[in-house]
Amino acid sequence: MKRRFLPWRLLVVLGLIAVSLLVVFPVRDRIRLGLDLRGGSHILLECMDTPEAPVDEDAVRRVVEVIRNRIDQLGVAEPVIARQGERRVLVQLPGVTDPQRAVEIIGKTALLEFKDETGQTLLTGAHLKNAQVQFDRLGRPVVAISFDSEGAKLFAQATTANVGRPLGIYLDGKLISNPIVQEPILGGEAQITGRFTLEEAQNLAILLRAGALPVKVEVIENRSVEPTLGRDSVQAGLRAAIIGVILVLAFMVLYYGSFGLLADLALLCFILFFFALFIGLRATLTLPGIAGFVLTVGMAVDANVLIFERIKEEFRSGKTWRASIDAGFQKAFRTILDANLTTLIAAVLLFSLGSGPIKGFGVTLSLGILCSMFTGVWVSKVFVDLFADRLKMRA
Amino acid sequence: MEFIRGTHVNFMGIRKIAYVVSLVLVAVSLGSIALRGLNYGIDFAGGTLLQFRFPREVTTEELRKVLGSVNLEKSVIQRFSPTEVVIRAPKLSQEDQNRLVALLKDSFGSAELLRIEDVGPAVGADLRRMGITALLVAIGGILVYVAFRFEFRPAVTSVLALAHDGLIVVGLVSLLQKEFTIPILAAVLTILGYSINDSIVVMDRVRENLIGRRRGEDLEGVVNQSINEVLSRTINTALTTALPVLALYFFGGKMLQDFALAILVGLVVGTYSSIFVVSALWVDWEKRQPRRR
Repeated sequence: MKRRFLPWRLLVVLGLIAVSLLVVFPVRDRIRLGLDLRGGSHILLECMDTPEAPVDEDAVRRVVEVIRNRIDQLGVAEPVIARQGERRVLVQLPGVTDPQRAVEIIGKTALLEFKDETGQTLLTGAHLKNAQVQFDRLGRPVVAISFDSEGAKLFAQATTANVGRPLGIYLDGKLISNPIVQEPILGGEAQITGRFTLEEAQNLAILLRAGALPVKVEVIENRSVEPTLGRDSVQAGLRAAIIGVILVLAFMVLYYGSFGLLADLALLCFILFFFALFIGLRATLTLPGIAGFVLTVGMAVDANVLIFERIKEEFRSGKTWRASIDAGFQKAFRTILDANLTTLIAAVLLFSLGSGPIKGFGVTLSLGILCSMFTGVWVSKVFVDLFADRLKMRA
Repeated sequence: MEFIRGTHVNFMGIRKIAYVVSLVLVAVSLGSIALRGLNYGIDFAGGTLLQFRFPREVTTEELRKVLGSVNLEKSVIQRFSPTEVVIRAPKLSQEDQNRLVALLKDSFGSAELLRIEDVGPAVGADLRRMGITALLVAIGGILVYVAFRFEFRPAVTSVLALAHDGLIVVGLVSLLQKEFTIPILAAVLTILGYSINDSIVVMDRVRENLIGRRRGEDLEGVVNQSINEVLSRTINTALTTALPVLALYFFGGKMLQDFALAILVGLVVGTYSSIFVVSALWVDWEKRQPRRR
């Protein structure tokens, strides 16, 4: 290529810088942070077979639906609820500050049953129309429920048949209240008084409104991070990245002089282009992702090291600086390609390394490698060509 | 500034020492992995990890005593700061977790739950399988690439050195009983992908110099000259990569420290092996069974 089309190439670089700046800023709004950095819960559930309720296709679909209802009631912004494989459901709740409560609400079967003294089930929560927290005369929280027309009929029958006797209210087989029926209740409304705390009553109301899960569900993975811890991680990662970049910038200038300065310019382009691509691809930044980025900063200048060392050698063999520069870029290219390809093989495999934040490491590493090949070779060459007549190194 | 210039180190002359060093390192690594084993983190082993922040300084003994009252005295306690602690226990049920949190709140006034990592045995098994697959495919992929890229013998010695690098990193993780987690596995994979590069640089130069070899010049001489010629780039590429990783180790927070350490060790070992081992093994192979050229 030599120095042909230099104005055009420069224009391309400047254009890319302009576009990237538009994409990247304001950084705070544009970068999507993973749950480990912004805080939140990543919960994987598995539907379990029980003798009463074996798992089938329909059951899993209803589980997803019920869980979505429950999360809507929790008021989480941008939740992810997705089926994974045959019987797993992934739930991601950004910004949740009380993951234990979230797990409790998501994972509970929440089967409500009314049973008479003989233990026979007269009515279940399937006939509920609504459930709300109210307070009794003593100011204690209770859950007020109302039945649909079918439920109201069943409840009228149940209370009529059991006047003067207890009617047990069970949640997932556990007795939560055992009131004595004073008189038949015909209006289809009732209260559950179970010596609840306010939060317990709220949770129960949410569960009853959203409906019971058709099968038993178990939490098989839960990764939750408190938002302040996430913020600490972002700060630590950012600090390490900035210090790392400064160290590399300094090293290149100290070691390669004016050539190093141009490599630094290319490195700054790399950082800019990297984040523009990252944001453009709507990728999510995780803590391991930051580690991957920091690593690629160091790898990005490897191309420049290989090129500059080659240029030195060419110059020592008696060529002019200009000729050495062209030969250096040309001859180092094969090595750079090799170096990046083998690392890329490993990086792409990290994509497949399962769920969770580590995927973010694979993403930033792969993206970084691809992006650095462009900035390390092509963009660097534009800068070097631009100043070729004034460049010198100790050789 | 320039550290390396016009060196004439006789690398081939000290290759027996390098072999001994490498064999010792590999033996120690294998021994540690066999005897001490790997301290699998909950990613692979399953279990529950809880990170707490307390309102005051809490000593490990205090904490262990409280954990003992719920039969969790065998949990691993890791301190992040005087008030921040990570507790790693076998898989706890939801009720047990709630009970533990309530207990710690009672014992220390308050206990802020900063992080939960709860991995069931099924997920742990999945991650183990995925990890092993990724490792094997990575090695396979690099092998295929090297086979296309190199002649047979340099390919074999490079991959041997690669196995040596990976093994020593894992060995160190075992020796220090650092947790073997997914990030550590990621570090090993990255090192495998990265450290083959230096071997490629060295062996490419050897091939280049063999073509222009003067009559009577011996193999060792050519290899020595080649390594010396590419020495500054072998060291500088490792150095520029190590600098930001060092920043990560010192400033990147507790959670990335072990990862950074694994990468750093991998970089050092990888650079060492591509300078001292890869071409040396190849020289010995060629001398024992010379091929017709």
